[in-house]
Amino acid sequence: MMRVSMRVNGAQTEAEIEPRLLLVHYLRNTLGLTGTHWGCDTSNCGACTVWLDGLPVKSCTTLAAMADGHEVRTVEDLADGDSLDPVQQGFMQEHGLQCGFCTPGMLMTARALLDRDPDPDEATIREAISGNLCRCTGYENIVRAIRWAAEHQAAQAREEAAL
Amino acid sequence: MQVPAPFEYERAASVDEAVALLARHGPEARLVAGGHSLLPMMKLRLARPEMLIDINDLSDLDYIRTEGDEIAIGAMTRHAGVLDSAVLAEHYRIFAEAERVIADPIVRNRGTVGGSLCQADPSEDLSAVFSALRGTAVIRSESGSRNVEMRQFHTGPYETAVGAAEMLVEVRLPIRPNSGSAYEKVERRAGDWSIAAAGAFVQLDGEGRIADLGIGLAAVGADHFTCEEAEDALRGGTPSEEAIARAAAICAEGCQPQADQRGPVDYKRHLVGVLVARALTRSAARARGEAA
Repeated sequence: MMRVSMRVNGAQTEAEIEPRLLLVHYLRNTLGLTGTHWGCDTSNCGACTVWLDGLPVKSCTTLAAMADGHEVRTVEDLADGDSLDPVQQGFMQEHGLQCGFCTPGMLMTARALLDRDPDPDEATIREAISGNLCRCTGYENIVRAIRWAAEHQAAQAREEAAL
Repeated sequence: MQVPAPFEYERAASVDEAVALLARHGPEARLVAGGHSLLPMMKLRLARPEMLIDINDLSDLDYIRTEGDEIAIGAMTRHAGVLDSAVLAEHYRIFAEAERVIADPIVRNRGTVGGSLCQADPSEDLSAVFSALRGTAVIRSESGSRNVEMRQFHTGPYETAVGAAEMLVEVRLPIRPNSGSAYEKVERRAGDWSIAAAGAFVQLDGEGRIADLGIGLAAVGADHFTCEEAEDALRGGTPSEEAIARAAAICAEGCQPQADQRGPVDYKRHLVGVLVARALTRSAARARGEAA
């Protein structure tokens, strides 16, 4: 057993864990943050995508021990109280989910993309989400959802600047 | 639920500490970097180290820089860093073309150059790239540092020249003026391993003849990820369509692909011929300053 401590969504967490514990299970089982989904277990599907030190990673292929002393962000941190992040709003507006299993990973990847590139074209979006598999939507609505978020967050920023 | 078998975990804060830990814990200790090759192998019990030595803190091994007439790539450079490198974009376009089709962007945030090479999967793309470019691996141990040519680095599937208490710390490449390079891969779906892949560089002399070249092959059972017979056939000649077609045919005949779920042997040989020809043609055009 070993002791790990890491900031998750801005809050300090700490636990006694086995070194083999995967980050996805630390988040879901140890911390109860079940927003992060546990999917293929082979780093293919991307349902488990979270941020580690600001970069999207697949938490089924990251040891919790590796995150010791680091910063993790999960889908639970996207909304600000009742105010959803533009990517979450986009997925609602453009019907970017059906079963919802891939959605937490999609959202974290989309948020990271828009932070880096606030106005991505369709090809850029499709490449960015190529590590997140969706078996429902055929991706069309997910791409639209991310475009929606890009357009509306830019508009929101303009409105805020005008106030 | 897939979880690795139990193991002990330590973190190394320096290369010296990492090789000292390896020496102390013996052959059942393994270094882990991004973990995107090793952890899946451990989940499947294809690898079962008793101790993992985490080297993710060694950010001083995360670099791509020119040093004199060479490029040095640190072993902890993430795939995303290779894809975005301005130095590599200037000198070796092959890297960005290979990286864009290695796994997916999220995996590339984590996986490292050193980890990929040391995993030594016969389908691994960077192994073919470094073989094509005839890079040199720099391997450290407690007693010092030694160099191994990348074409001698892989000693078999999942086996490398890196010894039990050693660590790959860097790969070096010569900078080649008047050269171009390219990578071609066919995969079943985005992010998959290759069905077949080929990389190349071509360096031209003042008369437009091939002063030097390299060919890399992944996933098709090529000796040392290359085909020296095809290189010898082209060297010194002009990169004409016929000469390139002959070299590509030599590659297709010389490799030893296995039939598997990705395709039968004749299909893979066919791909090798097509992909080698494309990679060489684009490399030569880039060397002439023609192709984008």
